[in-house]
Amino acid sequence: MSSLIELTLAQALDGLKTKKFTATELTQAYIKATEKCRSLNAYIVETPELALKQAKESDARYASGKALPMDGLPLGIKDLFCTDNVQTTAGSNILRGFKPQYESTVTAQLFRDGAVMLGKLNLDEFAMGSANITSAYGNVINPWSGSDPANAVRKLVPGGSSGGSAAAVAARCAIAATGTDTGGSIRQPAAFTGITGIKPTYGRCSRWGIVAYASSLDQAGPMTRDVRDAAIMLKSMAGYDPKDSTSVNRPVPNYLDALEGGIAGLRIGIPKEYRVDGMPAEVETLWQQGIKMLQDAGAEIVDISLPHTKYALATYYIVATAECSSNLARYDGVRFGQREAGKNLIEMYETTRAKGFGAEVRRRIMLGTYVLSAGYYDAYYLKGQKVRNAIARDFGQAFKQCDAILTPTAPSDAFAIGEKQDDPIKMWLNDVFTVPVNLAGLPAMSLPVGLSANKLPLGLQIIGRPFDESTVLGIGAALEAAAGFKALPPFHA
Amino acid sequence: MSIDKNTVARIANLARIRLTEDEQNAMTREFQAILGWIDQLQEVNTDDIPPLTSVVEVTLPLRDDKVADGGYPEDVLANAPKQAAGFFVVPKVIE
Repeated sequence: MSSLIELTLAQALDGLKTKKFTATELTQAYIKATEKCRSLNAYIVETPELALKQAKESDARYASGKALPMDGLPLGIKDLFCTDNVQTTAGSNILRGFKPQYESTVTAQLFRDGAVMLGKLNLDEFAMGSANITSAYGNVINPWSGSDPANAVRKLVPGGSSGGSAAAVAARCAIAATGTDTGGSIRQPAAFTGITGIKPTYGRCSRWGIVAYASSLDQAGPMTRDVRDAAIMLKSMAGYDPKDSTSVNRPVPNYLDALEGGIAGLRIGIPKEYRVDGMPAEVETLWQQGIKMLQDAGAEIVDISLPHTKYALATYYIVATAECSSNLARYDGVRFGQREAGKNLIEMYETTRAKGFGAEVRRRIMLGTYVLSAGYYDAYYLKGQKVRNAIARDFGQAFKQCDAILTPTAPSDAFAIGEKQDDPIKMWLNDVFTVPVNLAGLPAMSLPVGLSANKLPLGLQIIGRPFDESTVLGIGAALEAAAGFKALPPFHA
Repeated sequence: MSIDKNTVARIANLARIRLTEDEQNAMTREFQAILGWIDQLQEVNTDDIPPLTSVVEVTLPLRDDKVADGGYPEDVLANAPKQAAGFFVVPKVIE
């Protein structure tokens, strides 16, 4: 049955429709795969019984000719999505044992369309991290570390925060996975593991039922083996939801149509500010190769300028931490989650939060509390919001000259656990190319285009206009066809 | 802007996170580095730029002022660390 897990989501749908195999057989193959991949620590919770029950229902629909758009496809779900009666931890001790009594809108839509859930995927605590090393449930190991990743000399990070999602899709212990992206948390791990991930426009997917980190930046999206799979899965995840007041009421196009048209005549912007100090030459080379591939496919290359790029990270760490300090105030040991004893209410709050949150989460809550506090609000938070506007306006200006933008996804290939951990700012610099997109609310996709000298995947990022995921996917399809990236990690199911 | 240990202690109190003495010292050093780095934003001229609070250009939708959800206290209390008689239980607030 090992061949079943080699299929993309689109190929598996074909096989199910033509009755080459059943959803139960496909799900069983993936349950075996999840068992084989446990050394990666990608799943926090596996839900094989639920998966087999959903697969059985799916088979009944195929038998009666009423198959749904994602019927019988076994997905991994990032453990930031609330799932009805299945533990949802956000990678934090403070939510250990938490079983939501409701389903997030995005996962509900995936199940509405017939998807099967294999389990909940590991992540950085509250999605705060770029290496999946802040989870209370242990580090996730990148399957590109070696044929025995858990015992590799250099155990590589899968990127973060959607590190479990990325590792699972790369190692083939999920056909695809959900991710969320606040500053690069879909795209950077996709680049580090050689898979495809798209962060849609802010407002495209409902945030309802997703554990909040920074509400003006958070957005859910698919992490898949290829661009076609991303188009199929995004269609199911996207759409207006009255329960999220920032979700936008616009029709969701058929993203598959976007893959067919080619890119002749499209103008692709190349921002000069994305050449940063210390970026390895191989990243620059890959970028140039990507530019050439799009040019050969008929696109016109345009030099553009995004002058405020270098301020994006500092802006992000004001805006995101301010919002997280407010969002995470709800973890007080009263209504859900873990509680520590205290002799009065305040002491109970303080000990619960001291013990329940890890170091990075505490650091960001504290920083956010500081930038919002009396006397510092104007100097930090208000200033951050203004610079954020300058960054968003840069993109608005650029899109007068081009239809989409091509950049590297991350400034390096995957690094090892332990590297960049001495200094939080050094770690944050990983997101230098992805963060500006969240600040401006734009759609962007990362896909694998080549290998580094270390034989590790490198990705390029395509940024689009608001709500123009179709163009992003269309350019992605052209780049994917030209790059022909077929490499598999040395360890996979 | 520099930051001292007293400010860190005050912020920890506002954030309701108990820090040990050592943690306060470490956090003060980290904050000095992080805020020093963030200070680069002061060089951006933002005199004519309004603050951006939302990238979605829509006005918040209104709905009818009617109860649209609820009626399941067991679900609401299902994850409570401590509950009694349909209420969340917390340490005594009023002596």
